Amino acid sequence: MASISNIIFFILTFLCVYVQVFFLLTFFEKKKKILIRKESFELDEYLGVTVIVPCYNEEKTIKGTIDSLLALDYPEEKLKLIVIDDGSKDNTWTVIKEFEKHPNIKVFRKNNGGKYTALNMGLLHTDTPFVGCLDADSFVDSQALKRIMTYFEDKDTMAVAPSIIVDNPRNILQGAQKAEYEMAVYNKKMLAFLGGIHVTPGPFSIFRKKVFEDLGPYRHAHNTEDQEIALRMQKNHYKIEHCPDAYVYTVAPNSVKKLYRQRVRWIYGFIRNAIDYRRLLFNKKYGTIAFFTLPSGLISVASAIFLFWMFLYNFISFLIHKISQIKIVGLSFTNNFSFDWFFFDTKTIFFVSIILYTSVIASLLIGRSMIEGKIRFSFDILYFVIIYSALAPFWILKAIYNAIRSKQSSWTLERDVDLIGLASCKVELAKKGNATTI
Amino acid sequence: MQQQSDWKRYVIVFFITLSLFLTALYLSNYFNSRKVNQLKAIQDKISIDILSSETQFSLLSELSCKNVSDSILSGELGELANKLEWGQSNIGRSEELSYLKKYYSLLEIKDYLLTKKIFSRCGKKSAFILYFYTTAENCSECEKEGLVLTALRKKYPELRVYSFDYSIDLSAVRAMLNIYKIEDTKLPALVVDEEVLTGFYSMEELESRIKESFKLQEAKPEDKKDSN
Repeated sequence: MASISNIIFFILTFLCVYVQVFFLLTFFEKKKKILIRKESFELDEYLGVTVIVPCYNEEKTIKGTIDSLLALDYPEEKLKLIVIDDGSKDNTWTVIKEFEKHPNIKVFRKNNGGKYTALNMGLLHTDTPFVGCLDADSFVDSQALKRIMTYFEDKDTMAVAPSIIVDNPRNILQGAQKAEYEMAVYNKKMLAFLGGIHVTPGPFSIFRKKVFEDLGPYRHAHNTEDQEIALRMQKNHYKIEHCPDAYVYTVAPNSVKKLYRQRVRWIYGFIRNAIDYRRLLFNKKYGTIAFFTLPSGLISVASAIFLFWMFLYNFISFLIHKISQIKIVGLSFTNNFSFDWFFFDTKTIFFVSIILYTSVIASLLIGRSMIEGKIRFSFDILYFVIIYSALAPFWILKAIYNAIRSKQSSWTLERDVDLIGLASCKVELAKKGNATTI
Repeated sequence: MQQQSDWKRYVIVFFITLSLFLTALYLSNYFNSRKVNQLKAIQDKISIDILSSETQFSLLSELSCKNVSDSILSGELGELANKLEWGQSNIGRSEELSYLKKYYSLLEIKDYLLTKKIFSRCGKKSAFILYFYTTAENCSECEKEGLVLTALRKKYPELRVYSFDYSIDLSAVRAMLNIYKIEDTKLPALVVDEEVLTGFYSMEELESRIKESFKLQEAKPEDKKDSN
């Protein structure tokens, strides 16, 4: 038992360290190409962009979101906003209706159908060559759009993802997420260098409209439509870029329960989308996404689960041992403990764990330095390591459980609903562009 | 071209990761061998201590009990036992450690014989327990008994516990097993004051026996003095 679990431990940590080294190597190789602009600049040409803002029960944050879009440093006549109330039950509609008179803002209200339906409705009303969306819990930096648009000077770039930053963390949990999001900026940029991005995040990813005309509209995609569209683009060899200095601020979940629910949804979505796009895995045609991004995602899911079981197993056997000791000889406090380095763990596993943690902390620091311009340690990094080690296994387990269960029960149902939604949108979009097979 | 550089990257990353793991392996080996050396050093020291005591004992047959009392009460034996036990589950290197364990068993027997002799002459307060267990098969009773003995030794610092692994391949230990007629079906087994006890004995049961044993030894020197 012990030796088999040791072997699995070594294989999984090897793969995890491999992933970190892969990122690090890419970083040292390409760090001069990471573009972080501080000064304002002008574009040669300002192309029309539509930003779709889908919202559901977001009366408190929606105004801030729209205001931040209106404050973008981008010519007013080239920027259009489409705000869609997806059947909110609160005052969202009243709030967004106030923007109706604004010449560049269109507002719509529809029956609740899920975020992807709202996005698709927005796509139908889009007549600019570029389109993006912004979740109603996020705000954009005024320079974000301009900076993103520079990446479209490359005719092959079909979508650009921004850097998402946690807005004003107020507690330890949000602090931990701040560190995580900063690391994600670094990871995403490295993946962009290698053409392996697998998510074009809901907050402010900008696409060429052609993407949707060619590949069809958003899909339900297990509630993670932003992952699915990126995978669909990868499948069709559409280039996705990342703009590290386009900052989008998002409100991170402030309680364990909310974070848990968000992560279950994300990981569930990742697993289901990875299954849907399994043909990409280790397929030579698809490069980094096939050999690195998708496998490393699956490895991290497997590792979190395994490390959790290993920890639980060790902890329980320690507890059993302690209990039986107390039962037999009673509680004894006469344990005159003296430090002897002999009893310091020097097993290979110990050193391997140190390597793993060091590499993760290095990634967190690099992420931070990309955002702040210098390497600086903060407690957020510590919070991240501790909180995520303790909690991640739970949401991963739940996501796997959900994935297995739903695959058995609602597979066909979900597909049917998906296809109905798709068919109607595709017809509409095809009228405007040249839709090919989805 | 792009694909070729991709493959190169995968291979380079593999070798970097591998070298990191080999470094971990090397470090672990380095520290573990230092630990084994430390064990050897402790054993050598104990061995010298015992030899010195034996020599002292032979030189001065009318030994002054005051001189010898502390030198032979080698607390290092207990420390060595702890480290050996910990090492067996945490260091690996089973061959080296089982060799060290044999050496340790021998030292225990020598210490036992010598201490018994000296104590009987000097009439010091002490109790001996010989403890036989096994590691060859899963023996939960042995683990429990081990805990009881550790706790007892803490409570009575004068108590000397000599533990022997039944499955060890050493003729001296075999001889002990023969003397007390210990069988592997009846493990754990204890020898308290020449009496063989098999199976698990609780803290209370052993404690009462030890107290008895103390009294016995207190009585003996007076008899001897009378006979002398």
